[in-house]
This record gives sequence, structure tokens and C-alpha cells, in this order.
Amino acid sequence: MPLQKCKEELEKTLKEHNFEKEALIPCLHAAQEKYGCLTEEVISFLAEGLKLPRVEVYSTASFYSMFTFEQTGEYVIRICESLPCYLNGSKQILDALSKELNIKTGQTTQDKKFTIESVSCLGLCDKAPAMMINDEIYGNLTPERVKEIILELKKRDVEI
Amino acid sequence: MMKILLKNINKDGYKPDVQSYLKEHGYQALKKALETSPEKVIDEVKKSNLVGRGGAAFPTGLKWELARKASDSPKYVVCNADEGEPGTFKDRLILEKDPHLLIEAMTICGYTIGAETGFIYIRGEYPKAYKFLSEAVKDAERNNYLGKNVLRSTFSFKINLYRGAGAYVCGEETALLDSLEGKKGQSRVKPPFPTFAGYKDKPTVLNNVETFSNVPSIILNGGEWFSKIGSPLSPGTKMYCISGDVNKPGVYELPTNVTLRELIEKYGGGVHGKLKAVLPGGTSSNFLLAKDLDIEMDYPSVQKAGSMLGSGAVIVVNDKHCMVDVAKRCAEFFDYESCGKCSPCREGTKRTREILGNITRGDGELSDLELLKELQEVMYDTSRCGLGQAALNPIRSAIEKFTDEFKEHITQKKCPLGICPMEVT
Repeated sequence: MPLQKCKEELEKTLKEHNFEKEALIPCLHAAQEKYGCLTEEVISFLAEGLKLPRVEVYSTASFYSMFTFEQTGEYVIRICESLPCYLNGSKQILDALSKELNIKTGQTTQDKKFTIESVSCLGLCDKAPAMMINDEIYGNLTPERVKEIILELKKRDVEI
Repeated sequence: MMKILLKNINKDGYKPDVQSYLKEHGYQALKKALETSPEKVIDEVKKSNLVGRGGAAFPTGLKWELARKASDSPKYVVCNADEGEPGTFKDRLILEKDPHLLIEAMTICGYTIGAETGFIYIRGEYPKAYKFLSEAVKDAERNNYLGKNVLRSTFSFKINLYRGAGAYVCGEETALLDSLEGKKGQSRVKPPFPTFAGYKDKPTVLNNVETFSNVPSIILNGGEWFSKIGSPLSPGTKMYCISGDVNKPGVYELPTNVTLRELIEKYGGGVHGKLKAVLPGGTSSNFLLAKDLDIEMDYPSVQKAGSMLGSGAVIVVNDKHCMVDVAKRCAEFFDYESCGKCSPCREGTKRTREILGNITRGDGELSDLELLKELQEVMYDTSRCGLGQAALNPIRSAIEKFTDEFKEHITQKKCPLGICPMEVT
């Protein structure tokens, strides 16, 4: 994956923070948004820019669950596993989703369209069970509704 | 009903922009504060008896006073918008629907303690809040409510936004500060407290979104006015989040003398099914039972009842749920979210998950229950931060209040509700 594409943006973020360490997490967000994951190149580039050992950049990035080193799908589905969602049947939602996409939590479909991730809490407890697909919120889910949502997303891509 | 935090949001057609905010006396408190001395502002906040709404209930006025008196500089204002306690979804409302309320409050704090820089640490799972806040900050800068010489005074203040990346522990203040500095979000040893050595080891006021958002009304109406609302033990209103097995889950802003029963039955629309247990302060609190429902929902009263108000996340569990299974879900959460820095929490959360897993598979022993109680004590005494100290609260209280249910899983290898897998025979 060519670093060139987001180099400009990373440089801008580094500069905004005077090349200090606090630029790291904003840069990781920027890189991941561009590519859907973090790469060796990005880690090296940031280590150099911030004058940090590569291992430190890697260790910080891997600490946070939203950063990933594996290519995610076009749609990242985050299922909430918090207690309020669990009480309202999040397990059935996850099962329906896994069955519909034929992948487990943490996996990406072969066509690189969908990734399923589980998260500790999305702060949507009044809409439990809930999930997010990229930045969109989906609440009060039922297994049937999940199937419809996936179908709609699959269709959307065909039309485009 | 008295509204302080949702007074604007509840109005029809209210938008998260500066024009809407100005129509509702927005930025008048900042103007008033700038016309008086920082000491006078601290005085009003102290008189209000406002305490931190993130869970720790530390007196806000005292915190500001300590930061103002701290000799080191520069000083910082940090807002904890990393709302991550399961069952909590109140700060999201302010961040997305009334961002200027928070900006005004933080600016007042900056003026009061002598800080020129503020940060809002927004959880990564709230992309919309980040977007709306970014726009609001720019809007405030354009209108001179932020930036150089705020409202043509000699005071300048800047707010930087920072996005978290999915770590629950960053809701803990010192872990948040480390994350803000670009490190792994792991807690620091306290003392020193952030008030003296916070962001970059400089004096820092760190408050929750809800705590800050009370301040403009306190400045406009006076500390005494605020101190008379709700329970005298911890006055004001609180944004209670009701979720789980209730008919009308949601955020309800109510005076702190509201009872748990009123919250669940009147506002939450009653329990969906029959009430079995309730967590009054998220998954870090102790379970309460139906007999406890008449307590008032202020910090000291909930503590007296044997639990804690925390962030005000009321999670209701009905009798269709198995308490061993519920305890296991809580344990899985803390195991996943432990930052790994200190051994009591790192190992303790892992073992708890394993032990509860064994019990749900029919592979538990009666001595496990004693072991878990002991582990709770060790973790409470020796964990570095609140995460580990509180992690076993729901588990221990579930064991103590539903002992027979746990014992049945162990001795008869049976889940009375047929929820736990019970694979071992």
C-alpha cells in the first residue's frame, strides 16, 4: 500500500502538533481512515517523524482496539456486547450476522466487503441491541432486521 | 421539572449551533465570569456543592481552587468525554446536541484556573460528537467566545479535540492523560493527582462533560440556587441513563432526590417482566434488589445502600436472566478492558472470567465462590486504578445476593433458567 497517499495528511498532523508525541494517535486515526488498517510503512514513517523507536509506535497502536493491522472490509460492523445490549439479545444479533456473512467476529468476508468486530459498549444502551456500520448507528435490532440491513448494503454496492 | 443540562436540548427545533445557543442565554455566564474575579467564580462553584458526575463525586469547586493555587504553569483544562461505562449514554447527548454548553463551561474554567489551553477527549466510538464539536469550536472561535482575547478581554483560550481509540480504561483520568500525551492509556500512580501534575505533569482540571455543563447555570443563577436543588447530600440534577429490561430506556435529567423506584417505574416505564436486580451505577457498581428501590439517587445514599451511583447508569435485570451468566458477561468485559499495567487487575480479571466460565459449564466448585470474594478484596485493595478496584463489584454482589443460584450451578450442575451451557456432566 503506497504511503504516498496519506503522507501529506500525516505530515500536516505531525506539524500541527510540533512533531511531539501527542501527534501519534491523531496520525494513526488518519492513516487507518485512509486505508482501513495500519501498515508497516505508516509505523516506520511515524516513528521517524516523532523520533520514537518503531516498537513504541507499534505498541501504542496495538494497545487501542480501534486500530488494526489487518485489512478490514469496506463496511466495518461493530456489534455492542455491553450488558444492556446483552440483556436485550446481542448474542442473537451476532449469531444472525455471522450466519448471514459466513464469518466470525474479527474476520473479514472474502470479497473484502464486511468485517465484524465486537466492542465493549457503543453508548447506545437505550437502543439496545445496537451496532455501528462505519459511522452509522443501527439500534433496536432483531435478527430479521440485521438480515435486511446486510441485504441493503450488498444491493447498494451492485447499484453503484 | 427543573432542567439544567437538557434545558436547551429539550426545546423544539434547538440546533447545536451558536445562534441557537445564544438565543437561550448562551455565553452569558462566560461574559459574567469575565467581569468578575476567578476567586468569585470558584466561590460560586464551591457554594453550589457540585460534585464530579463521572463517578468519583469529587467537589468541583475545590478541584478548581486547588488548580488555581498550584504554582506550576502552564495549566490545562481537560474534559473527559470518553464515556465508556456500559449503560452510560448521557454525555453523548450534550456533545452532539448542545456542544456550546460544554465549550462555554470549559472556557470559564480556563479563565478561573489561569489556563490557556483545553482538551476534549472524545471516545472513538462517537464520530458524530467529534464532528459536531469540531464545528462548534470553529464557530466559537469565529465569534470570539474562544481564541485570542475572549470577548475582548485579556484572557485567551483554545480548545483542542482529541479522539480516543476504543479503550475503556481511558475513562480513568490518569490513563486519559497518558493517552492524550500519545501513549498507551495506562493509569498512573496517584498521588500526585492531576490537579497538581496532570497533562505533561502540569496542573490540570479534569472534569466529566456533565460536571462542566452544570457550571454556566451556576454562574448565572448563583451557587446557592444550585445547592437547593435535589438532595442536600449531593445537590443539583443528574442525567440518569436507564437501560436493560425497562419499557422506556433513555436519559432522564432529574433532581438527585429522585428515588430509584421513581426512576425505573415512572420514567423508565416500568420493568419489562419482573425485577430481579439492578445496577445503579453501571457495571462497576454492586447489584441492588427490589427491596432497595426506595433509596434516593444521590452519591452518599446509593453508597449507604451498598453500591455506588457512578456515572448514573441504571441497568435493570429481569427474572428471565441468570445471574451467573450476567456476572460472567461483566467479567468478560473487565478482562477485555484491563490495561495490563498492574498484576492484580490483569491477572484477577482473567481468573475471574475463567472461574465464572467454569461454573457456567458445570465445572465449578463451591470453594470458587469464596475465592472470588477473596479476589475482589485483593483487587479492591491493590489495583492501581478504579478499573481493577471496582471490576469485581457486580460479581461479588451477585454471588452474595444470589448465592443459591450460584450454588445450584455448582452442586447440581444445573442452570435453573437453562441459559448457561453446562457442557460438563
